[in-house]
Amino acid sequence: MRLPLFLDIALGHLRRRKRQTVVSILGVALGVGFFVGINALMRGFQQYFITQIIDVAPHIVIRDEFRTPSPQPAFLAFPRAAVTVSGVKPKDEPRGIRNARAKLAELEALPGVAAAPTLQGQVILRYGTRDVPVSLYGIEPERERRVTNIERDLAAGRLEDLRSTANALIVGVGVAEKLGGALGDTISVVSPRGVTLSMKIVGLIRTGISSIDNGQAYALLKTVQVLQNRSNVVNQIRIRLDDVAQAEPLARRIEARMRYRTESWEETNRNVLSLFVIQNSIMYSVVGAILLVAAFGIYNIISTVVYEKTRDIAILKSLGFGERDIQAIFLAEGVIVGLLGGLVGALVGQGLIELLAQVRFANSGPVIGGRNGFILARETWPYVAGAAFALLASVMAALIPARRAARLNPVDIIRGAA
Amino acid sequence: MSRTLPGPPPVTIIQDASLAVAAGEFVAVTGPSGSGKSSLLYLLGLLDRPSSGTVLVDGRDTGRLGRSELDRLRLARLGFVFQFHFLLPEFTTLDNVLIPMRKLGRLDAPAMRARAQALLERLNLAEAARKYPEQLSGGMRQRVAIARALANDPALLLADEPTGNLDTANARIVFDIFERLTTEEGRTVIVVTHDPDLAARTRRRVQLVDGRIVSDG
Repeated sequence: MRLPLFLDIALGHLRRRKRQTVVSILGVALGVGFFVGINALMRGFQQYFITQIIDVAPHIVIRDEFRTPSPQPAFLAFPRAAVTVSGVKPKDEPRGIRNARAKLAELEALPGVAAAPTLQGQVILRYGTRDVPVSLYGIEPERERRVTNIERDLAAGRLEDLRSTANALIVGVGVAEKLGGALGDTISVVSPRGVTLSMKIVGLIRTGISSIDNGQAYALLKTVQVLQNRSNVVNQIRIRLDDVAQAEPLARRIEARMRYRTESWEETNRNVLSLFVIQNSIMYSVVGAILLVAAFGIYNIISTVVYEKTRDIAILKSLGFGERDIQAIFLAEGVIVGLLGGLVGALVGQGLIELLAQVRFANSGPVIGGRNGFILARETWPYVAGAAFALLASVMAALIPARRAARLNPVDIIRGAA
Repeated sequence: MSRTLPGPPPVTIIQDASLAVAAGEFVAVTGPSGSGKSSLLYLLGLLDRPSSGTVLVDGRDTGRLGRSELDRLRLARLGFVFQFHFLLPEFTTLDNVLIPMRKLGRLDAPAMRARAQALLERLNLAEAARKYPEQLSGGMRQRVAIARALANDPALLLADEPTGNLDTANARIVFDIFERLTTEEGRTVIVVTHDPDLAARTRRRVQLVDGRIVSDG
């Protein structure tokens, strides 16, 4: 089988300048390889981080707040009047999500959605002379275990103990440490409403996230309602989804329907996620710079070839090759370098990932996720994207000299060559 | 026709030249250096366009043709030989001769090879088919260039100082070939040369001075 003529000529040119061709291909390959390797490193860490966020907290939280406060009646009565109302005190109505049971039922009817009611509030845990303020969550264990990973994070005790023991309490390990209490100790819990209960520590939570371990406690919903003197009140509905990606759109839908402030995990962690965006932009610009340098290499080799091959271009044009034919030859050279570079780059990237996977941090013990090495994302798209970008850069780099070659006037060269 | 190179200042390199060449003619274009011999050949070979007047090939007015049609016409009907051989160094002798045929695409692959082989044999280059241009002598390279010019069976062969880089013996061989092409195959050959001995072997001589044809016959 024979290659098309222009490819034959293009390959001939590249074969003649083996060393330069190899250097150009390696330049592209390094760009692609680093992209693949670093991408796996950064995204691996980011994905781990995001899974942690998603795992520990519910995907969506509905709170008994409104994003925009309801307007004062005076404004409603005189919509366009020059009215100033100042010193308005909030209406003293019991807070909480109204009709929470019906809302829960409605949410649970959606496919892939699990929901749990929560009453959350600040309390002080008192043990001897020590006071520790914590955020106390009143939960229903049966529903809660479908919404958060609390059960998995229990370092001691069982979730069922909340039911089987009267006035049972689960606290973070850090909280227990600060109190000086241990599993089985009975402590006093004081709420802002002035209610005090004696509660028994039946479980300890260790998530690795200090805000939880050092500042949260869990009890039965009923108990917390008594403690906070808010019977039958629920101030949060926490939701877990089968498909995490649906969190944001679903949160918007829920808020539009129920009007309560509804936050998806993406909204709650927007600061971290935007940090990742910046991190990624830095990575992509560095890798883009590598590929840009590689593209200059390609531009250089093809320019040199065009310069050296002016005589060949002249004879081909006099034989009847058109501008397009000549351009195709030199573009093909760019494509060949780009393709080979992308291919070798994919291998370099794969190698880099395997190499990074071998790295172990000595002396520091398990760093994150119980490992002491890098967490690497192994995905296919970076290979494809890297190779595609390399190909694009190569074609762009080849385009300028190819255009110049195509426009050469054979008569000028033939005269000069004699 | 005339050809004026745009300035500044504009230079007229061919002035009011009129030339009709019949099929099978062997024509030499002579004249002192700078008289416009090569320029006339480039105009005839459709590599350049006249500023005024026109070039007819097979009775067709080439002034009306677009660039790609001119490329096609050159590929199919004209053959070029220059002072420098212009062979592609990455290709063997055989492949160099194949290039115009592959570009034209009129024959299938085996037929192209057979024709290239036959051309090389006729020019005594059979044993050079697998060699690269740099392995050949100057005379052989120029014969390969002639074989390439003949690849697509052109009606008209244009040669610009084809013997300029050759010794006398090789120059004579080249002219022998041109002579055979006209007498035996009925092709038209127009050759630019400043060598009066070689020009004397053609049957028609066109002499140029300062871009004008001063004698023809």
